[in-house]
This record gives sequence, structure tokens and C-alpha cells, in this order.
Amino acid sequence: MTKIDATDMLYRDLNNRIHTLADRGEKHIELRNVCGQKFIGDALKGDVKIDIYGIPGNDLAAFMDGPEIEVHSNGQDGIGNTMNAGKVIVHGHAGDVIGYAMRGGKIFVRGDVGYRVGIHMKSYKDNVPYIVIGGCASNFFGEYMAGGVMVLLGINGDDSPIAGDYVGSGMHGGVMYIRGDIEDRYLGREVKKLELDAEDHRRLSELVREYCAHFGCDYDEIMAKKFIKLAPKSHRPYGNLYAH
Amino acid sequence: MYKRDLEHIPSGCAISGILNRKGKRIDGRKIIKSIALMHDRSNGLGGGFAAYGIYPKYKDYYAFHVMIDDEESRNRFECYVNQHFTVEHDEKIPTAKVNGIHNPPILARYFVKVGEGKLEDAGIAEEDYVVRQVMHVNSNIPGAFISSSGKNMGGFKGVGYPEDIAKFFKLEDYNAYLWTSHGRFPTNTPGWWGGAHPMTLLDWSVVHNGEISSYGINKRYLEMFGYKMELMTDTEVIAYLFDLLVRRHKLPIRIATAALAPPFWKDIDAMPEPQRKAYTAIRSVYGGALMNGPFSILVGFTGGMIGLNDRIKLRPMIAAEKGDFMYMASEEAGIRVIEPEPEKVWAPKAGVPTIGLLDEGVEL
Amino acid sequence: MSTPGVMATQVPPEFTVEINERKCVRCKRCTTECGFEALTYSREYDAIVADDAKCVACHRCVTMCPKHAIRVTDNSLAYKANANFSDIHRKNILKQAETGGILLTAMGCDRDYPVLWDHILIDACQVTNPSIDPLREPMELRTYIGRKPDCLEFDPDSDPLKLKTELAPNLKLDVPVVFGGMSYGSVSYPVHKSLMLAAERCGTFMNTGEGGLHRDFYRHKDHVIVQCASGRFGVHEEYLNAGAAIEIKIGQGAKPGIGGHLPGEKVSEDVSKTRMIPAGTDALSPAPHHDIYSIEDLSQLIYALKEATRYRKPVGVKVAAVHNIAAICSGIVRAGADYISIDGFRGGTGAAPRVIRDNVGIPIELALAAVDDRLRQEGIRNQTSLICGGGIRQSSDVIKAIALGADAVMIGTSALVALGCRVCQKCNTGKCSWGIATQNPRLTARLDPEEGAQRLTNLLNAWSHETQEVLGALGVNAIESLRGSRERLRGVGLDEKTLEILGIKPAGR
Ligand code: SF4
Ligand code: SF4
Repeated sequence: MTKIDATDMLYRDLNNRIHTLADRGEKHIELRNVCGQKFIGDALKGDVKIDIYGIPGNDLAAFMDGPEIEVHSNGQDGIGNTMNAGKVIVHGHAGDVIGYAMRGGKIFVRGDVGYRVGIHMKSYKDNVPYIVIGGCASNFFGEYMAGGVMVLLGINGDDSPIAGDYVGSGMHGGVMYIRGDIEDRYLGREVKKLELDAEDHRRLSELVREYCAHFGCDYDEIMAKKFIKLAPKSHRPYGNLYAH
Repeated sequence: MYKRDLEHIPSGCAISGILNRKGKRIDGRKIIKSIALMHDRSNGLGGGFAAYGIYPKYKDYYAFHVMIDDEESRNRFECYVNQHFTVEHDEKIPTAKVNGIHNPPILARYFVKVGEGKLEDAGIAEEDYVVRQVMHVNSNIPGAFISSSGKNMGGFKGVGYPEDIAKFFKLEDYNAYLWTSHGRFPTNTPGWWGGAHPMTLLDWSVVHNGEISSYGINKRYLEMFGYKMELMTDTEVIAYLFDLLVRRHKLPIRIATAALAPPFWKDIDAMPEPQRKAYTAIRSVYGGALMNGPFSILVGFTGGMIGLNDRIKLRPMIAAEKGDFMYMASEEAGIRVIEPEPEKVWAPKAGVPTIGLLDEGVEL
Repeated sequence: MSTPGVMATQVPPEFTVEINERKCVRCKRCTTECGFEALTYSREYDAIVADDAKCVACHRCVTMCPKHAIRVTDNSLAYKANANFSDIHRKNILKQAETGGILLTAMGCDRDYPVLWDHILIDACQVTNPSIDPLREPMELRTYIGRKPDCLEFDPDSDPLKLKTELAPNLKLDVPVVFGGMSYGSVSYPVHKSLMLAAERCGTFMNTGEGGLHRDFYRHKDHVIVQCASGRFGVHEEYLNAGAAIEIKIGQGAKPGIGGHLPGEKVSEDVSKTRMIPAGTDALSPAPHHDIYSIEDLSQLIYALKEATRYRKPVGVKVAAVHNIAAICSGIVRAGADYISIDGFRGGTGAAPRVIRDNVGIPIELALAAVDDRLRQEGIRNQTSLICGGGIRQSSDVIKAIALGADAVMIGTSALVALGCRVCQKCNTGKCSWGIATQNPRLTARLDPEEGAQRLTNLLNAWSHETQEVLGALGVNAIESLRGSRERLRGVGLDEKTLEILGIKPAGR
């Protein structure tokens, strides 16, 4: 394992170190005193594991293709931007636009997340992205979603709604599992509510188990509450919008 | 005097230059003889000279040669110059009555230093400060035009044949280690003394034969670095390009000239590394400074003179050497008339600078 | 919005197809050539019968008919004259009354806004400086695209010459024309392949557009610019490193400010593989990049991409020419873009709402002049290169654009026309008879990439020669002496303000 003290380090230097280490075959890197350095794990490949202490900057794990990043505190915006494979685990809360255009890999956030999480997430064949949020989400959860799986647990939630307005607006692929319910008026026009079937349950329980393993939560307690499933009404939501 | 003649005026010409490498000063008779021989290359609408080493008594002062329309303009100018400089000495530039020289402006020179504290106020280097003030006077003070502004040098120019201009300014009375001169053949009659060559800035002086076809972009390139093209002549552009590349960007002379007249891409591609990389960078970074079209120029400065041709040699240039003297001129005859038996005579190659420098350690 | 029912249309056919029965030998070729199925063979009459309503004037049948038996003409119905309500307005209203839909169209704006290129004239040398003969003297077009320092530093003691300044990566263009972004999906595989081969042969670049890069083409990487747009289709680490440069697409001239929408019909198996989305689904590109809501976010994406490619490639930004383009571009340069592609409002598209295409944005001529001026005023022109496009139709447009200040131009429509496109504006239907804007394998098979590459190479060679001719007439032998040299342009029939913005004098001055 290699430890890097990131105090006062410029992101370009820090990321250069990480890439050099990974290229040399280092499997485990620990970053201490991270504070705002952007692009950590950007386009990083392979099976390296990075532990981050401190607050990583925006676009953590952007274009990432394989590695695992564990953030032992809060994360900022843009985690997993256009990520291809790998895993990001955030022990605290995270910001807006998490998993934008993500195509594969997994993101687990223990706390709440901001706006437009999972926007335009898409899957292709066996490349399926997963996002599991322990807390609540703000507006436009899963906007434009074109594929993949999102789970919203709302565990830490008080009385506030589990997700904001416009959930799944423009959704035309993929699926969301929400623990609890969302009033219809907060759903996007293109989304419908469904009951979970056996396949859904299998997928969900696998993800929740993984979530519990990362954060040490009680699986049964989480699963005790009823989930709803959100899916797009059509893969072609705008087919009738045009005249030629 | 209408100095902002907003049209760009093309012109053809004759040029000649003499350098003594040891810094030995000679009077103006030789250079006059040389340029007079090429009389037919000019048409009487402009002639001029630059002379270096002529003001040893004031050599630490910027020597402003100024063309002034009338007393009112003189007041305006003097008021400005006193505000921005400390004037050590000023005087009328001595002239003689000469047939064929008409309506000269008031000609005066001012030996100045940059006033105390001015630089801190402006937060710039001394020379940039001088450049700024010269540009200000030339664009904003009506009726006054600084025609040269270097130390221990001066430009003498006007409307007329160069040999007449020389008589008018009594150039036989000056001693210089470097002389350049110019006879002009403009394609219209601007009738303005400031439009003659040399064009100068600080101690840069340029005499030029030909036309810079890339004038439009060279001008816009320089404007990006704060230069103001007042005269709308391509020669002015050359002086400013040297100032930018050599003085401000600190490029060695051979690299600056490589930016102005670079090798062709096919030749760059054939160079070995690291040269290829260097020349590729010069061309791609200094594309706006490339001077295209027919030209041969003589650039004078305190340290010597540079002759340069365009990349495909569309204007003539001959160089020669004898002892400590170096000569460059549009025609070989222009050299032979003052140095019948040079040790070496050659035609510089297109785009390759001919550089004559004072010997190291020469005291001026 | 409620979904309207299907109504019979009152809009008359736009064209009339006439088949000369005496010339026709009933080979029936035209019936298969038409991608829009406008022609059928009638056994009853032993004749070719045209459904005029389906004809789009793509001329495929006209070109392929061995007997030159087909004529397509305007169906010029008389409409009661009305300077206000043109027939086009009336037809559009009818269409919308029948469908309730947004009018969708393709290619660039076809309204007759003034084309400023056609009001600009180029200088030439006479006497005072010589013109140069481009056939026998060197005439250099090479151009470098990317960030450049303001000045260079050299090792003073080194002979040979050694550079000290570290240079940012640049793209080398042998001809100042690149192929603009056209996505695989909106255009066909053979189009991408033709562009790629031609770019390679001409020493220039093709741009993937926003739909990813087909695996087959990864080996052409030295001549490819990969685009990263809001939909992030086919964008991953390998893709980003598969090009010589990366272009962030913010907008496109034909539809500034709105997203993209590739209809499911065009998402074939292969397109789906390249875009990495399931076949048959609509490929929606969001209007903005959702990681860019402000200029500092753009900077973040630029540097995310630079980090992803370890600073080995230039990262450019493509924007549509909109009103405030000068200030926008200044911000883009400061955000770290190594080049900017500015797409004027006449730029093409595979599909766009007509209301946007024909009414939003500004002409490239003015945008380019304003941007070049602004960047020079701010002293940051060297930090970026400008590629401009949106209605470049001929070499003189290229020359004028470069003289106004562009480093290079991009062409899309012109490249497609070279491949056979007749600008029928039906790309959005996916039925293109020329195999260009379609994914139907029966149609795409018509475009031979080898021949396509040759046609494109010929076009660029012809434009290069013409550009050299003009440089020679201007008496300069390197393109950098033309670039930004507005002194060599004059305007005719332009008002004072327009001349001022273009930074050129009126002819006669
Ligand atoms: S292609 Fe020409 S000749 Fe053949 S059927 Fe059609 S119209 Fe007749
Ligand atoms: S590319 Fe588009 S405009 Fe061109 S012929 Fe095909 S459908 Fe028509």
C-alpha cells in the first residue's frame, strides 16, 4: 500500500502520482488530507483500490474504468461522471449530478444526495450501472434515465419526502426502486409506478446486501418496508412530438 | 500635416547601410554617395537616414527628433513631454536651404530622461514607458510627430530625394558608426515628412524596399501587444516586430528573423531534432509575425545592423565587407561607388538574415 | 399534449415526378432506388407510377435511370399572391393543424437571410507587389490547431537551436479544412469511413460527432477528433484516447440551445453498439451538459478530459454562434479550451425543429469577426485556435473565413454533397436514398467508402489548389499571411455597421 499526504497538493500533481502508481501496479493507495482536489480516479483503469480521507473535489471517478474508491467522509458534485466500471463508496452525503451518463459500475452513498442524481444513466448489454442511495434525493432523480438501476432507501429521512420533484422526468430506460412511495404529482410524465416482481426482488436484495456490507446496516430492517418500482412508459417518449 | 493618412501606401525603393564594427565613426558623405547612386530607384517623394553614435554628449538620453506643424503644436508637445520626461536639452535641428526641399515642418530635438517616479506609477519597464509615450504623442497630439526616439541615434527624413534630404539636414556634419539610408518611390503623394523612411522606435530603425503583403495581419498581430500603427506603412510594422520579438520577447536575433522570414515547411520537416521542433514552434507560434511579400530591409540598432530578404527573394540585396566595414545595399554599384574593392561581396540568401554586429567590448 | 389522431393531409405534394414513357424501358430500377418509395411499377398499365407526395427531390432515381427518363420538377401550384403569407407559411400551418407536432426538418437553414460571404471580395497584387505563381513556387497551407504560447524561450547556448518552452499538443492540418462533427447514427457507417479515409489522405481530421466511434475506426485515431456531448454516447476512457483531440460539444449552429434526438429507427444494431444504448430506443441528448451549468463547470469538464488523457491531446469546445458569442468565446478560452469550433446559424443537422433552425443564432461571418476581434483585444488570441463553420460552400468561403480570422474551417453539408447528398432536407426520416443519412443496410450499401473517400479527397484537393491560387494572387506564400488579414478583404453592398463588425473596408477604399 502507498500512502499519499495530499495536504496542499495540486490536483494535477496528485492525480499524476495516482496514475503513475497505478501504472506501476500498485493495488492500494491511501490518500490523507484530501481537500477539494478534483478528478481523482479520472479515467483510471485496473483493479486498484483508493481510500480517501478528507473531502475529494468534483468529478471524482469521472470516466473511471475499473478501480474502487472509498470516500470515508462526504463527497461533492459529479461523482462517477460518465463512469464505465468500478465502484465508488461514499460514507457521508454527496452532491448534485452523481452518476451522470454513467454506463457501468456501482456507486453507494450512505447519506443524502443532491439534484439530478443518475441523470442520463444508461446501460448497454451486460454493462449496467447501479446507484444505491441510503438517504434521500433532491429533484430530478433519474432525469433522462436511459438504463441501469437506481435504489433510493431514504433511511436517514425525517418526515421530508424521499425524493424531490420530477422523479424520472424523461426516463426512457432502466429501473428505479424506491423504499416507500412517491406521490404521482412528483413523478415525471414519462414514468409509471409498478409492483416489484421476483426478478426485481432478486436484484434489489443483492444491492441492499452489498450496501449493508459497506456501511454495516441491518438488511432485514431495510427490507421490512415496502418498495415501489419506477419504469419508463416507453423507450420512445417523444415519438409523436414531431411533424415532418 | 495630416499624419493619419488612413490608407496603406505601397512603395518601392532603394536602401543602403554602412557599419563599422569597431565603432569608428565616419561622417555622412559615404552613405550619401551610395544612396545617390541609386537615384533612379526613388522618385523624390521621400528620403531618409538613420545614424548611430551621433550624440556622444547625450548618449544616456533618449533623443527625440520631432516634426512639428506650428507653434501651437509645439506648445502642446512640450507641455506633454515635460509632464512625462525630464528634458535635459532641446534645440532646433540644424538645416540648410536646398532646392527641391519644400515646406519642411519645424524640426527640433529633445534629449530626455524618464522622470523620477514615473516608472513606479506606470509599473512598467523604462523602454515600454517610452514606447507608450511616443505612441501617445504620435496618435493623440495633433501637429507633433516623434520621428525617432532612441539613445545616441537619430532619424533624418523628409519629402525629397535622399541626397537633397542629406544636404538639408547637413549630414556631412554628423559622425556615426552605423548609417542606413533610403530613397523612396511611393505610389501616391502623401506629401508628409513623417511617412518617409527610416521608421523608428527606440533605437530600432528600418529602411525598407518592397511591400509587406501580409501587412494586414502583421498589424493586427502587433495591436494585440499594444502597438499602434499610426503611419499605415508596412515599414513601421517591421520596426515594431523587431521591438516585440527582440526587446520584449528576448528572442536571439537569428530566431527573431526566423520568425519574420521562416524556412518552408518542407525544409523544417527535413531538419533533425531538436531543430525541427524549434522551427515548427517558431512558425506556429509566430505566424502573425511572418512577413510575406517582396521585401529587403535594413534594420539598424545600437548593436549593429541586420539585412533580411523575403522568403523567395523578390527584392534585391547585396552585402560586402572590407576591414572593419560592412556594407549592404539594393545594388552592388551602391557599394562599389564608396568601396571599389571590397574583400568579400555576396548576395544574401532568401529568408536568411545577414547580421553585422559591433565587435564585443566596443566602447561607444 | 394529447396525441393527435392521423388525419388525411391537405398539403399538396412539393414536387412532380414525370416519367417519359417513350424513353422508359421498364427496367424498374428506379422503384428500388427511391429510399422514399415514391415510385412503383404498375402491372396494369405497364408503367412506372409516381406518388408525388412521397418525392423529396433527392434525385436518386433521376441519376440512376439508365435512360434519363425521369424528371422531377417543382409542383408550382399557383397561390393567391401574398407577400406576408407565403405558400410555405400556409403549408406549415396545415401540417401543424393536422398533426399538432413540432415541425421537424434537417440540414441547414434554407431561408434567404443575406449570405455575407457573397458580399465580401478579395484583394490581389498589381505592380507594387508581385503575385506569386502557385504552380511553380511554394505555397504553404499547413496550419496548427491548438493553444500556443505568446512567446517562445530558447536555450541561449545551444547550437543547434533548442526550445525551452514546453508546448501544448497541437493538431497539424495540411489543409485548413476539417470535417465537422456528424454522428454515426445520424449518418451511416460508409459516410464515417469515407470521411476517415479522406481525412487521412488529405492530412486533416474528421470529427466523430456525438455518437461515438465505431470499433473498426479506432485504428485511424491520428485523424479523428472525438466528440463528447451531453448524451455521452459511446464515451469512455478508450474512446477519449482513440482520437487526436477531444471536442466538447456545447451546441450546434442549426439548433443552438437544444438537445439532440436520434429517433429509434436510426438506432440500428451497429449504432447501438457504438453509442452503447439498446437498439431501437430514442437516443436523447440533453439540452445542456448536466455537469456544465456555468463557465467554471465547463472548465471542470475540459480539465476532466485533459486529466483523462493525461494532457496529451488538445481539448476543444464547439459552440453555436449566438448573439453574445464574443464574450462566450472569451470565457471558453479562459476556461482552458485549446480550440473553439464556432458553428454559424446556417450549419447543418440531422434533425432539428424548423423554428429553431430557421430563427436562432447568427451568421458565422459576423460571429467569427466578433470573436477574433475580442480575443485579440483581450490578448488571448494565441491561447486558442478558431475553427468556423456553418454554411461553407466553396473555397472562397474558406479563404474569406481565414482572412477574417479563422485558423481553419469545418465542413459538413459540403462534405455530404460531395458524397451524393442533394440537400433534400429529409435526413431525419432515415430514408436517405444516397445511403448517407440512413441506417437501412439496403441503402447504406450504395455508398462505397473507397469512392466516397476519393470524392472527398478530390474536393479538398480542388479547394486547396484554389486557395493557393488566391494566395498567389495576394502575393503571399503561407496561409498565416492570410489569416486575420482583413486588410485584404473589401465589402460590397454592406452597411457601415456590418463593415465595422467585419472589420473590413468597403470596396473602393
Ligand atoms: S429507371 Fe428509368 S428506365 Fe428504368 S423503370 Fe425507372 S424510369 Fe424507366
Ligand atoms: S443526406 Fe439528408 S439531405 Fe442529403 S440526400 Fe440524404 S436525406 Fe437528403
